[in-house]
Amino acid sequence: MRGARRGGAMAALRALVHDFVSGLQDGPAPEVAAGLRAGSWTALDVVEALGSSLEHPEPRTRARGLQLLGQVLLRCHGALRHAEVTHLVLFFEARLKDHHLVIPAVLHGLHALSLSEALAPGLAVSVLKAIFQEVHVQSLLQLDRHTVYTIITNFMRTREEELKSLGTDFTFGFIQVMDGEKDPRNLLVAFQIVRDLVLKGYALGPFVEELFEVTSCYFPIDFTPPPNDPHGIQREDLIVSLRAVLASTPQFAEFLLPLLIEKMDSELQSAKLDAVQTLSACCAIYGPKELQEFLPSLWASLRREVFQTASEKLEAECLGTLTALAACLSHAVLHADTHDPLDTFLSGVLQDCRHHLCEPDMKLVWPSAKLLQAAASASLRAYHHIAGSVLPLLLEQYNQHPQSSQRRTILEMLLGFLELLQKWGHEEGDETVLLGVRAPLCSVVFSALTDPSVQLQIVGVRALTVLGALPGLLVASDLDLAVDHLTRLVLHEEDPQSSMAAMEAAGTLAPAHPGAFTDHMVRALAQELQTEREDEGTRHQRCLQALAAVSTHPSIVRETVPVLLQHLRHLQRGSEPGDTGKTASLCRSLHRVAVQSQHDPESCSFYHQAVVPCLLGLALQAALQEDALLAPGKALLEEEALTSMVPVISAASTHLSPELAVQSAALIVPLFLDGDVSFLPQNSFPCSFQPFQDGPCLAAQRRLVTLLMAFICSLPRNVPVPQQDRLLRELLALSCACDCPFAATAAAKCFAGLVNKHPEGPQLDEVLQLALNRLEPGLAEGPRRTQALGLLLWVTKALVLRYHPLSSRLTDKVLALLGDAELGPAAAEGLGLLLGDAPDVLHRGCHADVRLMYRQRFFTDNVPRLVQGFHAAHSDVKANYLKGLSHVLNHLPKPVLVTELPTLLPLLLEALSCLDRGVQLSTLRCLQPLLLEAPRALSPHGDTLVTKFLSLTDSPAMAVRIAALRCIHALTSLPAPGLLPYKARVIRALAKPLDDKKRLVRKEAVVARGDWFLLGSPGR
Amino acid sequence: MVGHGPGPALENANPLVFRRSGERPVTAREEDDDLPDAIDDREIFDLIRSINDPEHPLTLEELNVVEQVRVKVNDAESTVAVEFTPTIPHCSMATLIGLSIKVKLIRSLPERFKVDVHITPGTHISEHAVNKQLADKERVAAALENSHLLEVVNQCLSARS
Repeated sequence: MRGARRGGAMAALRALVHDFVSGLQDGPAPEVAAGLRAGSWTALDVVEALGSSLEHPEPRTRARGLQLLGQVLLRCHGALRHAEVTHLVLFFEARLKDHHLVIPAVLHGLHALSLSEALAPGLAVSVLKAIFQEVHVQSLLQLDRHTVYTIITNFMRTREEELKSLGTDFTFGFIQVMDGEKDPRNLLVAFQIVRDLVLKGYALGPFVEELFEVTSCYFPIDFTPPPNDPHGIQREDLIVSLRAVLASTPQFAEFLLPLLIEKMDSELQSAKLDAVQTLSACCAIYGPKELQEFLPSLWASLRREVFQTASEKLEAECLGTLTALAACLSHAVLHADTHDPLDTFLSGVLQDCRHHLCEPDMKLVWPSAKLLQAAASASLRAYHHIAGSVLPLLLEQYNQHPQSSQRRTILEMLLGFLELLQKWGHEEGDETVLLGVRAPLCSVVFSALTDPSVQLQIVGVRALTVLGALPGLLVASDLDLAVDHLTRLVLHEEDPQSSMAAMEAAGTLAPAHPGAFTDHMVRALAQELQTEREDEGTRHQRCLQALAAVSTHPSIVRETVPVLLQHLRHLQRGSEPGDTGKTASLCRSLHRVAVQSQHDPESCSFYHQAVVPCLLGLALQAALQEDALLAPGKALLEEEALTSMVPVISAASTHLSPELAVQSAALIVPLFLDGDVSFLPQNSFPCSFQPFQDGPCLAAQRRLVTLLMAFICSLPRNVPVPQQDRLLRELLALSCACDCPFAATAAAKCFAGLVNKHPEGPQLDEVLQLALNRLEPGLAEGPRRTQALGLLLWVTKALVLRYHPLSSRLTDKVLALLGDAELGPAAAEGLGLLLGDAPDVLHRGCHADVRLMYRQRFFTDNVPRLVQGFHAAHSDVKANYLKGLSHVLNHLPKPVLVTELPTLLPLLLEALSCLDRGVQLSTLRCLQPLLLEAPRALSPHGDTLVTKFLSLTDSPAMAVRIAALRCIHALTSLPAPGLLPYKARVIRALAKPLDDKKRLVRKEAVVARGDWFLLGSPGR
Repeated sequence: MVGHGPGPALENANPLVFRRSGERPVTAREEDDDLPDAIDDREIFDLIRSINDPEHPLTLEELNVVEQVRVKVNDAESTVAVEFTPTIPHCSMATLIGLSIKVKLIRSLPERFKVDVHITPGTHISEHAVNKQLADKERVAAALENSHLLEVVNQCLSARS
């Protein structure tokens, strides 16, 4: 019985083998493998069945037989037993002596076996010996050479110890294998093998130089991938891979360094760059011993490149390498009887650069300074050596040059050296170098601060910032003087750049010296705010900005916040309609203080308790006056003013401690729900606060819901919201029923913000059901469809962000509304809202639940339907779909977009002809980066693109003209031959926007036209 | 038209480098769709300040060859006058620099403008000869027919990598 079954199986096997070998069909190989895995036959059975073909006189037939065996083994190497593997290995090894046509199949078989875990000890070595001995690898085809490298790589991964037992034979064998390799795909593997040989400690013996030669002959890599290269190997891949080999061991140093010097001295920019980068990589593993002999030549080459710089990139690399060299020398272990190689090296650097700093015409000052700074930044020891010599010299030079522009250059160099000192941190870095020159340094900096040249002032401010940050360097009197200078610049310097720099410097220095800043600067600013003058507008503006900038320390925050709030009260008392700009700029200052104090718990809670009740109190006061929308203080109720308060309250609440957050929520929620004003600073109001009640005179109060949103939607997710259910219902009702769009939107956002953070469960389901019940009739008909759409959009956004299952149903509703004659355009805008970042709610900063990749997910789920909807839609509403689509695309990461481009491009081109300016604009903004990043995909559409872009340069909207011109500019990144037919036409057409009435349009036209002129011209 | 091309030896190898002025800040007025903005000196200066020097990897602004105070424009009368200052009085690149400025302005300004480019008085030994060449329309046109010259001019006008 069993014999019969086996007999049947063998017959089937023989039939399959026959089909493969004689029938030249590839299909049977997987079947033979499946039978082997299933136990129908063994590997030896397969060999037996192949029997005659393996001994066939025609080498092609033998190869075909071995090919089958190799393919089967590749699929089943895991199922083989020890004995089988051994037999097969010996079998294949013997075949290596066969006809050259057979060799590729043998190598594939060995490759399959090299993957087997059942390979007995000793076999790996024997396989490699056989290959080294029998096969002339470089006469094989690329793929077969690759197989050899793969076998070696497999064995190196799994049989390291055995291979090492081969000693230098393995190294030598491999050198012969790769000698002459030309294919980039194989080189990547071969370089990796050499790197492993070195790094894993294989015996190199006398073959170090050979191994270096066989790899360094490719340096510098000169390879340009062929067009349409399917393998995707870039020049950079090979460069990095070869560099890893060359910089893998100090043993290569004596051969490599002369080669690098030779290449640095070559004419070829790319070779120079590669050589310098490789040298930099070597410095990480070399010691002074390896470098010593070559230092003078290396320095000469690096110096020459920096002095005669031809490219900024090369210059930067040279400077980086100089740092690496000096750092390497800094690590030297010193012996009593030898000289310090670092000192010798740096003395040479100083000798070659120092004198350039004091030549009267100031030629070569910058390259010299850069070189000195690069060397000095290597280590603290190097810094002392260089700075000790250069700083006094520069200080002397400053005083010798009376002109501002020259002084600025000198001070900028000084600044560079001061900044380097920050690199080591304060524990390690002692400032002894600076202590010696402290007094002259301060006097130089102060003289810069009082110079009439704004540029020199700004450098002075930067230098002061660095000096002040180094502990113990400025004495008390210097410090007071410095703060006075900064205050003067803030208040009285006409140039805004300089005063801005002074503010930022104050903010940076204040944490180190809070006392000096509160005593001098904050006082002066507060005083200035109280004085009234003709030009108080800009003065006050500056004071507010400076107060915010300097609030970088808790003790200063305690001083500045009351000043800012006092000024807000003052503004509100005197405010007239139209005064919202002042409130808004004050709120910007308050916001900055909030952001700066967020991470200090003490400041954060102080700020919250001082600012939030005050803002709420002032807003309530304005809203509760009779005829609130006409009375003084009205400015505070304008949308701009309220909107500017939102980030302040939000930033004051995002980082609260849980206790304070709970406490605050317990006060603010009842304020809005029940009108409980008891905690507000001035709480006697003429009437009660009922923002959620119905009534015509409550319109002003309802607007304040936006402040509730700012607070409640910024709390961390673990802070429970008191009376959440009731609050949600009230917000829902207000968002649908309110006539004022501002208040309705605020309520909808607040609702959405809470829903986004609401834990999963029946409660949330119930709330969402309520919302749906409201939405559906609201959207269907009635006077408040717009409000219903607003609510729909915000709730959808809240759910899309957290991947809530209901989100797709709501998204469907939004998409369906694109076809609505009345709401369609708003729904299309709404898609932008869904995918954009809202500034005030539903972003990560306010702890919203935002999943990664939600945009991609939205894109894959909905774009096909948008496209479908577009084709099915009536022509009146097609524009809505295009607008919606362009919004979605605008928010999508560009790499995703590039892959989807082919399917969407026809639609985008159609969108360019759409009359809606919004669609035009967003389509242009979407196409512009694509032109730069996916020129190939767009290249076939050159004609359409040129025509449509040019016609849009006539648009009445400035933004569209600008975007169209940017696209025309981006077109020049398409392959030039395809564009040349349009060159004359584009240049002619662009003459008109050169005379556009708007400067910003002309600017874009100039850039675009300039590059079109260069297209296909010599010298581009 | 130009004495010689950029040879291996630089005439002024190590010039004093000046700081670039920042991007012109955009004003609210400029962002208003309806208000026209006249072409002013700074706008012209912005056109030419980033032209590359033929010899150095630096811009004309960084070399102080062009300065905003030496740019005069009259939008109403459609005239532009630019003075440029060669780095050294015997600079053989002066004509080429002037030509680059001129070409840049012709490419970038509406056709109605009459463009006058000349050397700052007293800063170059062959000031008059250079000015004369730059003012001669036909010679400028002929110069741009020369593909070697066009290449150098285009290099000066290319955006820096």
